[in-house]
Amino acid sequence: MGKIAKYTRRGFLGLGIAAAGGLAVGYYYYKKPYPNPLPDTLAEGDYSFTPYVIIGSDNAITIITPRAEMGQGIHTTLAALVAEELDVDMDQITAEHGPAAAAYYNSAMLEEGAPFPFFEDGFMAETTRGAMGVLGKFLALQVTGGSSASIDAFDKMREAGATARAVLLEAAAQHWGVAADSLTTTRAEVINPNGERLTYGALAQSAAKLTLPKPPALKDPSNWRILGKSQPRVELLEKVTGASIYGIDVQLPDMLYATVAMSPRFGAKAKSADEVAAMAVPGVLNVVEIVTSAGFGFGIIASNTWAAFEGARALAPVWEAADYPADTAGLKALWNEALDKDASFTLGGVGDPEAALQGAEVIEASYSLPYLAHTTMEPMNATAHFKDGKLTLWLGTQAPGIAAMVTAELLGIEAGDVEVITTHLGGGFGRRAEADVPLYAAAIAAQTGGKPVKVTWSREEDMQHDTYRPMAEARLTATLKDGLPEALDYRVAAPSINKSLFARTFPNMSSAGPDRSILDGSFDQPFSWPHSRFAAHQVDTNIPVGFWRSVGHSINGFVHESFLDELAVAGGQDPLKMRLAMMHDERHEPAREALKAVAEMAGWGQPLPEGVGQGIAHTLSFGTWVAEVVQVDMRGGTVKIEKIWAVADPGMVLDPGNFEAQITSGIIYGLSAAVGQEISFDDGRVVQENFYDYDALRMAGVPPIEVALLENSPRMGGAGEPGTPPIAAALGNAIFSASGQRLRALPFGNDVEFDLG
Amino acid sequence: MELQVNGQTHQVEAPDDMPLLWVLRDLLDIKGPKFGCGVGACGACTVLVDGIPTRTCTTAAADVSGEITTIEGLPDGERLHKVQEAWIKHEVPQCGYCQSGQILAAVALLEETPQPTDADIDAVMTNLCRCGTYPRLRAAIHEVAGMEG
Ligand code: FES
Ligand code: FES
Repeated sequence: MGKIAKYTRRGFLGLGIAAAGGLAVGYYYYKKPYPNPLPDTLAEGDYSFTPYVIIGSDNAITIITPRAEMGQGIHTTLAALVAEELDVDMDQITAEHGPAAAAYYNSAMLEEGAPFPFFEDGFMAETTRGAMGVLGKFLALQVTGGSSASIDAFDKMREAGATARAVLLEAAAQHWGVAADSLTTTRAEVINPNGERLTYGALAQSAAKLTLPKPPALKDPSNWRILGKSQPRVELLEKVTGASIYGIDVQLPDMLYATVAMSPRFGAKAKSADEVAAMAVPGVLNVVEIVTSAGFGFGIIASNTWAAFEGARALAPVWEAADYPADTAGLKALWNEALDKDASFTLGGVGDPEAALQGAEVIEASYSLPYLAHTTMEPMNATAHFKDGKLTLWLGTQAPGIAAMVTAELLGIEAGDVEVITTHLGGGFGRRAEADVPLYAAAIAAQTGGKPVKVTWSREEDMQHDTYRPMAEARLTATLKDGLPEALDYRVAAPSINKSLFARTFPNMSSAGPDRSILDGSFDQPFSWPHSRFAAHQVDTNIPVGFWRSVGHSINGFVHESFLDELAVAGGQDPLKMRLAMMHDERHEPAREALKAVAEMAGWGQPLPEGVGQGIAHTLSFGTWVAEVVQVDMRGGTVKIEKIWAVADPGMVLDPGNFEAQITSGIIYGLSAAVGQEISFDDGRVVQENFYDYDALRMAGVPPIEVALLENSPRMGGAGEPGTPPIAAALGNAIFSASGQRLRALPFGNDVEFDLG
Repeated sequence: MELQVNGQTHQVEAPDDMPLLWVLRDLLDIKGPKFGCGVGACGACTVLVDGIPTRTCTTAAADVSGEITTIEGLPDGERLHKVQEAWIKHEVPQCGYCQSGQILAAVALLEETPQPTDADIDAVMTNLCRCGTYPRLRAAIHEVAGMEG
């Protein structure tokens, strides 16, 4: 752990501070292989081959899958990459998260990127791009190379398996005195030409003495036995027996329990708090102050979590005023003022939209999107133990390196003295990369006299102290020519996630440069406008904004795809045909195919009864092309969502069952938001408290969802996020088709009533 | 107070109004029931009390006299409950955090209604899943019903 944390700190901060030096550091590490951290951790009779494979004398095979498992099946897919080349079956292996070490994390953070770039890549892409200017380019390349990031580490894990297999073959060849290429393998055994067999376990000890060869050639995908096929998930048994340890389940000897009461007016401090009342609650042991870059407030330490919650209630702090408009109406006015002013920056765009729109008959529309909370099923929590100048964190985290860095800074220790133990995550969706949770836990742990403390947030605290999906207001103007879109002026006002992230995480660094997340999902879409301009009107406040599943794409996916539907109506076009007609670049082919496939599944264009309608939308995000159709029935006076069809093209599907589950999950996540979620402000603080006023869809409200996968795209894309962006627009477009009512503000539940069963 | 959990009797010292959830989790170290909302709105904390699904975050431990079954007590020795088997077969869990509660709710449903219709499932399976595993949850319940039939 020491290595990773130290490295992260030097690499990351160094890059920010001194461009040239930073580049040198980055480059040096880029070239240098990391030491294998496993030998120090092995049990008697276990041998490691590469940082990813452990083989025991008893033929027990462990594959290290050093990514946060938050339900996206990443441990299974990573293990499958190694197993394919090692020539073992999935029922013969155990997958383990493994130790935190440079060999795993730096690759995720600085060079090749995580094998599957759900979040930390996006995070790094954004932060590095923002903070590091020129160097950001170097790093961002690694990450954008990064849609290739997946391809790159996709090779890396397979190479680990192939390398381990090669050295086992070599050991067997020496044992039998035959040539290695006369041997074959199957199910963790080496077989010689006479049919004699040796298990990998029997060979492990002698193989471990040999030098690892260069990675041999990898299998051709046509010879894959495991990859490309659905695999049983490796962690299912523990998940159906309650055996998985989430952060909230961590239990240590002598552990104290705590919760936090942080300022709900972001950036404001406490005026007063009733510590006497809090201490009077049975079980409450102490109330401590928390001062961090992410927020101000109190930690309530107790002998159990419930007592801590009760203590927080009794503490009832009174807070200073916030420095931003106190309610949603005031915030919206600020956003609209920003739209009236000059753009902060533009991205993409072609031709001369101003001239094309001048004097033309135009279609105009304004869209509104609220702040959204993540509400992971497991509320925020962290366990921290600070003793003798060393901090240990037990954390369900998407970004362990950052947690180590910021807590070290807070406690005035070296990042190398922070150990982060990654637990299971009860949902992530972007929330569990944030540093506030470990920061507050570390601040409390510094005030427990060396005892470990588990800090659990109440649901109310979680919902009112999120890093929200940004609120956004958009204004669009377009004109048509021969019924087809001709020119577009696209303006969106929203805060910068980069800026907010830096303020709370790295307050000594500032983020410079445009934050493309404000426009992601608009300018970068496969659509040929003769004339277009995409403008960001950045409007920043102290209200923290962060990465919400699919980030900017879910905002602009809604705006862009809803407006295209409006243009189709205005031009008297079928919304599907109009899109296909505007996707005439050959690089748009995956989008065309996805749209045609989803239309066929949904029976697009077939007559539907009056009051029933279908809506279509497509968004390319995280390298995956996703087209969705929603059908609604409004004959009963409410909106009944009848069915959803989706086609996703990530280029290459390693595990179809798991990919389908992720797309479905992303759709339901986005649908919950589109139907009813809204974080609003009053009195300088978030109004919503718990699931009773910020709910998500339940079983009865979720219609059948049919997903098909294509592999036309030339590069590998992600699974966890791309299902989300098109769904709100597809639903809104379906409601228009069924009723003629155009909904331009989310959530739709404010304007129409849904029948959720 | 005395609690019967998964066939064992526990003596616990706890305030009268302490929710069963926190008695189980923090005092008895039974971590299967999960904290999700604390107000009875999500079902993550569900256990069975004499076979009836009960949200433990809003149930005072002192008021519970029946036999409590948590996810830990569901398997019959080494043998998984058929609902757990179906959950594995259909790969229901994603993050898994809600699944202890979902499984226990499904066990109670199938006990009461061995062949549930979709409407029966909708009416009873009201626990929240932020990962959106509902389609597979439904399929797994039908699978168990099929095994019955
Ligand atoms: S934690 Fe009990 S219902 Fe949510
Ligand atoms: S599986 Fe994650 S909340 Fe249900």
